[in-house]
Amino acid sequence: MSKTYYTKEHEWIMVEDGIGTIGITDHAQEQLGDIVFVELPEPGLDVEQGDEACVVESVKAASEVYAPISGEVVEANEALAENAALVNESAEADAWFIKIKLSNADELEELMDKAGYAEFVESES
Amino acid sequence: MSDQQGDTPLKRTPLYDVHTRLDAKMVPFAGYEMPVQYPLGVLKEHLHVRSSAGLFDVSHMGQAFLIPADGEFKTAAAALETLAPGNFAALKPGRQRYSQLLNDEGGVLDDLMVTRLGMQGHEHWIYVVVNAACKTRDFALIKKSMPDNVEMKILDDMALIALQGPKAVDVLAGFAPKVGDMAFMSSLDLPVSVEGSEMWMHVSRSGYTGEDGFELAIKSKDVEQFWQALQAHPDVEAIGLGARDSLRLEAGLCLYGHDIDETTTPVEANLTWSIGKRRRESGGFPGADKILAQLKEGPGKKLVGIRPGGRAPAREGTKIFSVDGDEIGIVTSGGYGPSVGGPVAMGYVRAEHSAAGTVLELEVRGKRLPANVQPLPFVTHNFYRKKK
Repeated sequence: MSKTYYTKEHEWIMVEDGIGTIGITDHAQEQLGDIVFVELPEPGLDVEQGDEACVVESVKAASEVYAPISGEVVEANEALAENAALVNESAEADAWFIKIKLSNADELEELMDKAGYAEFVESES
Repeated sequence: MSDQQGDTPLKRTPLYDVHTRLDAKMVPFAGYEMPVQYPLGVLKEHLHVRSSAGLFDVSHMGQAFLIPADGEFKTAAAALETLAPGNFAALKPGRQRYSQLLNDEGGVLDDLMVTRLGMQGHEHWIYVVVNAACKTRDFALIKKSMPDNVEMKILDDMALIALQGPKAVDVLAGFAPKVGDMAFMSSLDLPVSVEGSEMWMHVSRSGYTGEDGFELAIKSKDVEQFWQALQAHPDVEAIGLGARDSLRLEAGLCLYGHDIDETTTPVEANLTWSIGKRRRESGGFPGADKILAQLKEGPGKKLVGIRPGGRAPAREGTKIFSVDGDEIGIVTSGGYGPSVGGPVAMGYVRAEHSAAGTVLELEVRGKRLPANVQPLPFVTHNFYRKKK
């Protein structure tokens, strides 16, 4: 059983069997515009919740992607190194950034569910 | 995402309603609310200009006439030459030059376009276009430097739009056939008929993209109708400031406040070509001592094109190191070049590291990334050259 959570920094995390797959939301890619480069961490890196984990660059500017939860990076999406534009095409599926092995599943309780995130985006605009 | 600037209300150009109807993303820029991109997006807008024709609103820029009461062009040209190193006195009617207003240290206060009008009876008039962020200071400086018999008329009632790209000439010739054979950096003043309405435009064959194209000054009251008519052409897309920036960066063109400012001279910025030959000998402009010395001995730092080796863009402010690890400069403009298909940048390096091909290192997020000095422009200029 997988469940997807969202952050106020517009990341999503899909958790299944203690592994969280992380990306940025479709709303975020829309705001950023054309993505031209994604910098990903090496597997093996330990991150704390809220740490800067990845960088995503549009034509105009660089933006940080924060770790929604703490844990060890176990995989980075190599497809993004070749084709950063995949983030614009498939932000919430194919263009995941990293997978993290959760060290503290309780942190998920601070995150939003899909409906909560939709409400949050609405309130921000 | 963008910083709001104080409490001063943002100004709007006469095309503001057009941009919002086009669903542009509006951002504060130089005190104006300007379109940074339209729904097409920066990347596609950029590529569209390189392959077809793009329409830009640049009405935030400052426009003015300098009108000598004695009817002598040289009266206004000589006064302007006390502020800038261009050879304005040699301008023929209808011709345009790029130049810079300088401070006493030879630093750049602003860059500007200077045109001698070609219209009969107005050949003694000068038309200047300056950057939006600098226009108040520029106009105060110019006014102070003009003799009493030269009137400076700020054109607050004029909009400015640019039509750029290889198809720009065909699109504009549909309204004004005469533009077809205009020389690069020349101008015309002529009436145009847009859907039955007669209006007047000052058109120059110039721009800020590296492509062939035109800049059109039109009365604010008429500009919306002309914009709509141009945009209705199937080859034309509206283009925002985002693509304007990536286009000019690939074309190796300086952006004021970034690649040039009060701490850089035209010689350091590779703009020596814009300093008139006569002026290089006789001086007579602010900072001439320093600039003439730099021309003779070479400047200590130089603006160069930089091609990062990987895929990561190096943004403005990125520190530049030699392969020996010495800090030798800083990136002043950097991003992704959609036509190049990779990151591109410009920055100042110490002169001994400025030769094309020199290997550099860029410090991006704490990591040193390899890069090369590359001759500018990154994309070949596609300016119009008259057939012989």
